[in-house]
Amino acid sequence: MNSAVKNRIKDNAFKYFGIACTSFGLLMLAIFIGNILIEGVARIDWDFITNFPSRNPEKAGILPALVGTLWIMGLTAIIAIPLGVSAGVYLEEYGKKSRLANILEINISNLAGVPSIIYGLLGLEIFGRILGMGGSLLAGASTLSLLILPIIIVSTREALKAVPKSIKEASFAMGASKWQTIWYQLLPASFGGVITGIILALSRAIGETAPLIVIGALAYVPFVPASPTDEFSVLPIQIFNWISRPQKGFAINAASAIIILLLVTFVLNGVAMYLRNRWQKKVKW
Amino acid sequence: MNKLEAQNVNVYYGANKVINDISISIKPNSVTAFIGPSGCGKSTFLRLFNRMNDYIDIFKMEGKVEIDGKNIYDKNIRVEELRKQIGMVFQKPNPFPKSIYENIVYGLRIQGIKDKNILDETVEKSLKQAALWEEVKDKLKNSALALSGGQQQRLCIARTLAVEPTVILMDEPASALDPISSAKVEELIYELKNNYTIVIVTHNMQQAARVSDTTAFFYMGELIEHDATKLIFTNPKNERTQNYVTGRFG
Repeated sequence: MNSAVKNRIKDNAFKYFGIACTSFGLLMLAIFIGNILIEGVARIDWDFITNFPSRNPEKAGILPALVGTLWIMGLTAIIAIPLGVSAGVYLEEYGKKSRLANILEINISNLAGVPSIIYGLLGLEIFGRILGMGGSLLAGASTLSLLILPIIIVSTREALKAVPKSIKEASFAMGASKWQTIWYQLLPASFGGVITGIILALSRAIGETAPLIVIGALAYVPFVPASPTDEFSVLPIQIFNWISRPQKGFAINAASAIIILLLVTFVLNGVAMYLRNRWQKKVKW
Repeated sequence: MNKLEAQNVNVYYGANKVINDISISIKPNSVTAFIGPSGCGKSTFLRLFNRMNDYIDIFKMEGKVEIDGKNIYDKNIRVEELRKQIGMVFQKPNPFPKSIYENIVYGLRIQGIKDKNILDETVEKSLKQAALWEEVKDKLKNSALALSGGQQQRLCIARTLAVEPTVILMDEPASALDPISSAKVEELIYELKNNYTIVIVTHNMQQAARVSDTTAFFYMGELIEHDATKLIFTNPKNERTQNYVTGRFG
């Protein structure tokens, strides 16, 4: 066998090995989703979405948890987006060389690696106790905001970095100040990247359970939260609660709730992809 | 009086001295060409006049750079004001990723001008000055990035003209363009010199000879010779200038 043939065999071997590796994760996910669908899809109807939790699994629904999840998403977005984007702009455009910015940068990278339950404890102490928010939506959203800030900051910086230097130069040469350059040129040009980062961060927040349990989110909520100071539950906590019950009916409910949670996440990711593609078509360098 | 003046300017990048004791005077409504081999400091020197080097962290300078007799490195000079007076066109066309219209009015918008009549008038006037109006008048709302390279560069010139500067700095404005577009830009420079003081960095000897009134030859961070373009190209005083313009080195 000459070396060219050998090389080709090796080449092919690696290709199939790669395909196997790639399919492994996808296959597992497919099995999981298939399983969940078989178990849970029959249970989903309008009642399931509009009912309150109940001791009777056939009557139980996810309304408070779903509304709680939507509230948490909205509030987290309102808190985390301005903070994260501003911090990203500062670090990338203003603080690049200062020692303070360096220290901040290292800390932000570290924050991204902190386990989420630690954020829960931090949120419990600062938002729940010191600021007196208790187990409210506001406390939950603030805690999750802390959790996803590093993601938003890092993706904002990456998006700004991707804007060609020539655009910045052109703007400065026209007599624009730094702020005007950021506001009129850099942010619009990097919008696609920034928004993608934001939505990925939010889809991470949507699945978090641990920090919310720590700050005292409820497992049983017989009301729909109506203001940011109300107590709440979210879908992951509802799922966790149902799964830990012995009756078979609740396991089915959990599967159905997982389908709804996945749907919400997919919709968010879909929006992210749509926005990114639309923006990339508009901005070509 | 001289429009632009530099006196005993030294520039350092860190410990590296890249401009060595250069003095030059530039008359109003003239075209001055900066020529010299790559890395000779001509672009750095050009960027002194609108303080674009300020963004380089390791940049340091000594000496005086004046426009209309005012030192632009004075502490109470506002850089944004200065740059409205001194426009710049870059080597690679760099229109903003916005519409043609928005590209032109950007300089006015950042000055807080909102009056639509003024904006519209400026767009037409600047595009006509830059000889681009006829080509784009029906698609002002289209993206500037859809224009050809040559059109983009003329758009960048129009954008610069819109804020009515008195000086235009051009850093190899035609080097990224095809010969026809390049010729159009040259023609434009020739017309603009009646109303503006233009300084142009170029690697193209013929271009320097065609468009400029005076030519300055830079070599290794020094200004070797600055004289009427005709003299530089036919009868330079310095041997190195002679070698460069005749293509014997560089």
